[in-house]
Amino acid sequence: MRIKSALAAAAVLALAAACGSGGGGGQSSSSSSSAPGEAVKLNFLSLAWQKESVAANKQIVDDWNKANPGIQVTYVQGSWDNVNDQLVTQFAGGTAPDVIHNESPALSGFAADGYLLDLTGKLPAELKSDIPQPAWDTVTFDDGKGGNGVYGVPFLQESQVIIANKKLLDASGVRVPTPDNPWTWDEFSEAAKKMTAKRPIVTSSSGSGTETGQGYGVAWAMKSPVNKTLNLALNFGGTFFQTGADGKTTVKVGPEEREVLQRIHDQLYKDKSADPAALGQGTADPLPAFFQDKFAMLPAGVYLRQQVAEQAPKGFEWVTLPAPKGTTAEQGAVSQTLSIAQDSKHPDEAMKFIAYFLNGENQAKLAKGDWLLPTSQKAAADPSITGKENGWDVATASAKNLVVAPFLKVKGFDEWKSKVATPVLQEYYANKISIDDVAKRLVEDGNKVLERYQR
Amino acid sequence: MKGTARPGEKEPREKRQGVARRVPQYLALAAYIVFLAFPLVWLLSTALKTPQEMALADPTWIPRDPTLSNFSDAFGEQDLVGAAGRSLVVALASAVITVLVALPASYAMARYRSLLNRIALGWVLVSQVFPFILIIIPLFMILRDLELVNTLPGLVAVHVTFTLPFALWMLQGYVRAVPPELEEAASVDGATRFRSIVSVVAPLLAPGVVATLLFSFISSWNEFLFALVVLQDPDVMTLPLTLVRFTGPEGVARLGPLAAASLMATIPSLIFFAIIQRRLKSGLMAGAVKG
Repeated sequence: MRIKSALAAAAVLALAAACGSGGGGGQSSSSSSSAPGEAVKLNFLSLAWQKESVAANKQIVDDWNKANPGIQVTYVQGSWDNVNDQLVTQFAGGTAPDVIHNESPALSGFAADGYLLDLTGKLPAELKSDIPQPAWDTVTFDDGKGGNGVYGVPFLQESQVIIANKKLLDASGVRVPTPDNPWTWDEFSEAAKKMTAKRPIVTSSSGSGTETGQGYGVAWAMKSPVNKTLNLALNFGGTFFQTGADGKTTVKVGPEEREVLQRIHDQLYKDKSADPAALGQGTADPLPAFFQDKFAMLPAGVYLRQQVAEQAPKGFEWVTLPAPKGTTAEQGAVSQTLSIAQDSKHPDEAMKFIAYFLNGENQAKLAKGDWLLPTSQKAAADPSITGKENGWDVATASAKNLVVAPFLKVKGFDEWKSKVATPVLQEYYANKISIDDVAKRLVEDGNKVLERYQR
Repeated sequence: MKGTARPGEKEPREKRQGVARRVPQYLALAAYIVFLAFPLVWLLSTALKTPQEMALADPTWIPRDPTLSNFSDAFGEQDLVGAAGRSLVVALASAVITVLVALPASYAMARYRSLLNRIALGWVLVSQVFPFILIIIPLFMILRDLELVNTLPGLVAVHVTFTLPFALWMLQGYVRAVPPELEEAASVDGATRFRSIVSVVAPLLAPGVVATLLFSFISSWNEFLFALVVLQDPDVMTLPLTLVRFTGPEGVARLGPLAAASLMATIPSLIFFAIIQRRLKSGLMAGAVKG
């Protein structure tokens, strides 16, 4: 009887609480029209997730709200893994946040569907001139009416660098590359070979326990191989996509595209200078083995420095090296962006907030918090992100090599990436198929995917 | 004398044989418990480790340099307590409403055999075939028109809708297991159908009701996708939406705060389970219809 009473009471309480704590009271999250004299309310969906970055975001929003009582911004934290599922639904339902944090590859589809506001005529001159044109190119897309529109403000970018074990690097005697004089891919391969040898591998947390084992020069974490491969392929002019005279985009895998693929494959299976254990791992997964001296170099995005700095055992010394260069040092870039929803009732106020949020001073804070590169030229000169500590000097210098990633404007790229390129590249790096098979499948299967998006 | 045991001899031998038989059983049971407890213990261990210790070459169960900083980070950065409270409200409401709706419906499904009933049963099954992602936009539109977007009742309505079909199937199995003869006997004693349902069938369904409550509660407590699209304001967000904020792109996560927050997130459901699991026992009807 007691359990029945308890259940009944719980039911009543739960229902009462559920009905009484609606929060939104049926209002959509998107801003509503404000009565004269009332503060305009904006929702800002942020995807910041690192501790320092979240703190910087909240601080900037707080500062804005204090200085602008007439435009109040609500900070809403989302997550990278699910943001596009969330936005698809909210755009369709007309309840998307006013200001949306995302990354440039996701914008083209939303822009084509008319969900994002074209910011072309709204950008303040100061903001526009502070961010260089190559960064604006990452957010400029077909507006679906035969023209181009700017569908976001680019503010953080990622480049590839090499995070290296200083002790093993110094011991190898190789030339240490600098941003002005990076390794060529040949030099990189030679360096990796020199750092491949049987050596003491750390087996205890104190660092005193070691046992001799096979050490490698490099580790390629290729669980998600597409972006890394495509961005580095630009070193040799590999674009993977071409647009014909008829305006149709197709996949191409020629000598330029094969170059980086082949070189990584050679490190794994010909030189045997790459640790095969890291191949199936995600970006941060190889770090414990890196700290054990199992391999000497880890090519990764600049943001991984944060994890290295946080997790490195006491006494472990590491350095940041520039990525190798091929015929050029160019790398494909995507940007983190702030956009305004087409359905926002206060686009001008949203633009004012974005202009403040992404001014030089704030971009420097955001870049430092996320360990990424700011697009703002003023921010890039900020001493807090140009010093030698934690490789900021090398990371910031790598920004000059960033050019718009060719795949960014390819309709259907996401599907090509997940259904075709990811499994094909994983099989290739696992040595299950040849590079000719890679080329054949990327082109034939890929073109079938792209075809559907260009009818 | 061969084959006969002196008084007092047989019992110890049987006891010894019993104990010998039970040792492997207990060992297997202990191994199973370790297997089940492993994720929770590892979660606790991770929650108490520093970032450096998480990346060690020789990870240990017991943190060498235990820290509570992951808990302070998790609680300092996110409103975990508020989110847990809202999740509890949503999960309890969803579980209770699901059972209240499913109980009479399952009785009807189990006891009344008709073409309509069979069609209804089939439809309930078919409704489980659709992937959630396929119907999420129309569902969102309906909630928006009902002004239930961004509200906890809206989320409860969605959770009930999606838990109900399986709850119906679960409960109708329990109803079928109650012999109709018990209701007939009550009827012979003068009970009305309603009376026999309330006084005879319902008490026998307690284990089924508890199992359905648990299933509905846990489904709602853990649910992420619908909460993601239905709830938009920070002050209505539930626990799964709060936990995901410790993860970044490409599977990179802040493991320490995530483990600390996840550990806290398991506690309410563990308590709920501990309270309610005593009722989750079968065999209540053993011997109910003899001869």
